Amino acid sequence: MTFRTHTLGWLTAAAASLLLSASLLSVPVSAQEGAHEQPTPARQSWTFAGPFGKFDRAQLQRGFQVYKEVCSNCHSLSIPFRTLAQPGGPEYSEAQIKALAASYKVKDGPNEAGEMFERAGRPSDNFPWAFANEQAAAAALGKSPPEMNLLAKARKYERGFPLFLIDPFIQYQELGPDYIYALLNGYSKADDPNYNDYYPGHKIAMGAPLSDGVVTYTDGSPQTLQQYAKDVASFLYWAAEPSMEARKKMGFRVMVFLIIFAGLLYFTKKKVWADVHGDAVTTH
Amino acid sequence: MSGPSTYVPKSALGRWFESRLPIGGLIHSSFVVYPTPKNLNYFWAFGGILSLMLVAQIITGVVLAMHYTPEATMAFSSVENIMRNVNYGWLLRYLHANGASMFFFAVYVHIFRGMFYGSYKAPREVLWILGVIIFLLMMATAFMGYVLPWGQMSFWGATVITNLFSALPGIGEPIVTWLWGGYSVDNPTLNRFFALHYLLPFMIVGVVILHVWALHVTGQNNPAGVEVKSVERDTVPFTPYATIKDAFAMVVFLILYSWFVFYVPNYLGDADNYIVANPLVTPAHIVPEWYFLPFYAILRSIPSKLGGVIAMFGSIAILAFLPWLDTSKIRSGRFRPLFQIFFFGFVIAAMGLGYLGSKPPEGAYVIAGRLLSVYYFAYFLVILPLLGLFETPRTLPATIADDVLAKGGSAILAGAAQAPSTKG
Ligand code: HEC
Ligand code: HEM
Repeated sequence: MTFRTHTLGWLTAAAASLLLSASLLSVPVSAQEGAHEQPTPARQSWTFAGPFGKFDRAQLQRGFQVYKEVCSNCHSLSIPFRTLAQPGGPEYSEAQIKALAASYKVKDGPNEAGEMFERAGRPSDNFPWAFANEQAAAAALGKSPPEMNLLAKARKYERGFPLFLIDPFIQYQELGPDYIYALLNGYSKADDPNYNDYYPGHKIAMGAPLSDGVVTYTDGSPQTLQQYAKDVASFLYWAAEPSMEARKKMGFRVMVFLIIFAGLLYFTKKKVWADVHGDAVTTH
Repeated sequence: MSGPSTYVPKSALGRWFESRLPIGGLIHSSFVVYPTPKNLNYFWAFGGILSLMLVAQIITGVVLAMHYTPEATMAFSSVENIMRNVNYGWLLRYLHANGASMFFFAVYVHIFRGMFYGSYKAPREVLWILGVIIFLLMMATAFMGYVLPWGQMSFWGATVITNLFSALPGIGEPIVTWLWGGYSVDNPTLNRFFALHYLLPFMIVGVVILHVWALHVTGQNNPAGVEVKSVERDTVPFTPYATIKDAFAMVVFLILYSWFVFYVPNYLGDADNYIVANPLVTPAHIVPEWYFLPFYAILRSIPSKLGGVIAMFGSIAILAFLPWLDTSKIRSGRFRPLFQIFFFGFVIAAMGLGYLGSKPPEGAYVIAGRLLSVYYFAYFLVILPLLGLFETPRTLPATIADDVLAKGGSAILAGAAQAPSTKG
């Protein structure tokens, strides 16, 4: 009977494919061991993970403080001040942002006399960078530090087989912040300030930027390296994906709508097709 | 199945118009009364899904193009501007970027469907070849689209792929310079890729129209692979039967699409493409988008550059010859026990090649890539030609109606066959 042999065909195929993939995968793993000298960053728990994930405002504000007091000495962050007041972010008040912007000097011009001049920052200005250009930064630091507005999306690490196939289902998107957190905690050699466990090739031009107590929090959060790293990684993820909360919120509505719609269509389809069988379509 | 329509519009204005331009009749005969085999399963919904995705790509693409700047120093930041400052720009961009992946996912299902059920066989050879042309145009479109955000992978992907032409003896180098519009991938390259990326989808629309036209001349194939003998007994009218079934399938597909867009929008993308293009820094691994990986693996399996290029283009071109390489008289794989094993082997080989395409070309990966490439070509050039001569097929149902009645085999695949046989 066709049913049995047909199923058999599928089964043989499935079995053959399993065998094939198993044999394929067992070989390359060992061949790769040498190339993979960096440990895999550990998965952290983030408030913004998962379908209902949201940023923790206080954490974003602490993360921003870490950025401002430490990272901004070297790294640029090309986003306007005003974004820090937008919904779904650190949500500072308009007044706080005005004051923050005004505390920076911004280059503008040319004016009517044809000269460039400095003025106090406005909320629509981008954060200015500590260096005039990449060459100046590279000359001072050995290498130009990467721009931070997309950094948390511009880094990933190898998940490997079969984890990478599971990731879309468990919605694992936070590879970037996990890597940044690991990197900031990854300075393991006291005698080599430029050795990092997680940086590809280990030789990193950035010495450990954070250590316990370097930033003073006002909300009573622990002033430890781990806490700083977590806060700044969250902040950088927000900076790279400022629309994340709006996206997930809309996503849930779209999903609910589509699932109900699909259900209705399914039952309509069943009803329409109910009178179709081997003989001619019965028309009513 | 086509021919002059008997459609008569209800309104006087409609009749006036119809006698001057019978477009209503065209739609009526193509999407309302058009007879569809009643045993079609959900693999047949992917044609509709593909049309939906083409329209989605064009709509999101045209709106993106209103905000995008095709200039090398501004392209990357204009995409970031779309993501951050344009109203729902993040939505448009994620819809478009993930839409390309969904489009390819659907086209691969569609192609494998055709390969399993023998949809390429007479009288559908032209229909099949038009499909292969659409596939090629899609690949060209997606490749050029991926260059537009001007990230590291855009730039280096474009460099690697356009450089392939340099393998051609003698004319290779001049062709590459001509493609680039200079001596490296740069602003002129970006400009022409944008122009072509805008143009090609509309060429796809044109070929899709031919594809559907050819389909409506020969009629659809079906899981049993036997032709329609009686429109009365073997088919149901497109509307409402196929319309409602396709609509259901499309919405389920949209759920998958939305999952990617709203929850894991960057899963399918490369992190390096969030770094602006830099001709002085080569990324550690240059990897194309997932939908090109099997072909990329074939390219790298051949030790010579020219050989690799020929093998890669050959692996796509060979699809067009499928109608003449498969010697079996039986259309549907359901009735070909040996074919089934080799076919699923082929599916696995293609996926295996996809996996290997994402790995560095070294050690065991290269050996596995070569083995699977050999199987890929052998499937077309050795297995299919010989199988038709030696295989003993199972007995075919006499008609589609008989296939629906003998539920057994079709119960796994055929959605249509689930209908209870109580008289309505
Ligand atoms: C003294 C200057 C300096 C400070 C302060 C600094 N960085 Fe860096 N950072 C660099 C340089 C230089 C590089 C480039 C390193 C390289 O690629 O070798 C870098 C690179 C990085 C990278 C990218 C590593 C990679 O995978 O390419 C991250 C992430 C990073 N910094 C995070 C931070 C964070 C977070 C802070 C603030 C807590 C910070 N940095 C403070 C100089 C600095
Ligand atoms: C066959 C249909 C199409 C496919 C498969 C396709 C594919 C792609 C891909 C893969 C990208 C890169 C996305 C990214 O990673 O950011 C892209 C970008 C882009 N496409 Fe298309 N596209 C199609 C149709 C169109 C059309 C019709 C237009 C406009 C007329 C268009 C305009 C753009 C623009 C402006 C970008 C750059 C913005 C961006 O990167 O998001 N596309 N396309």
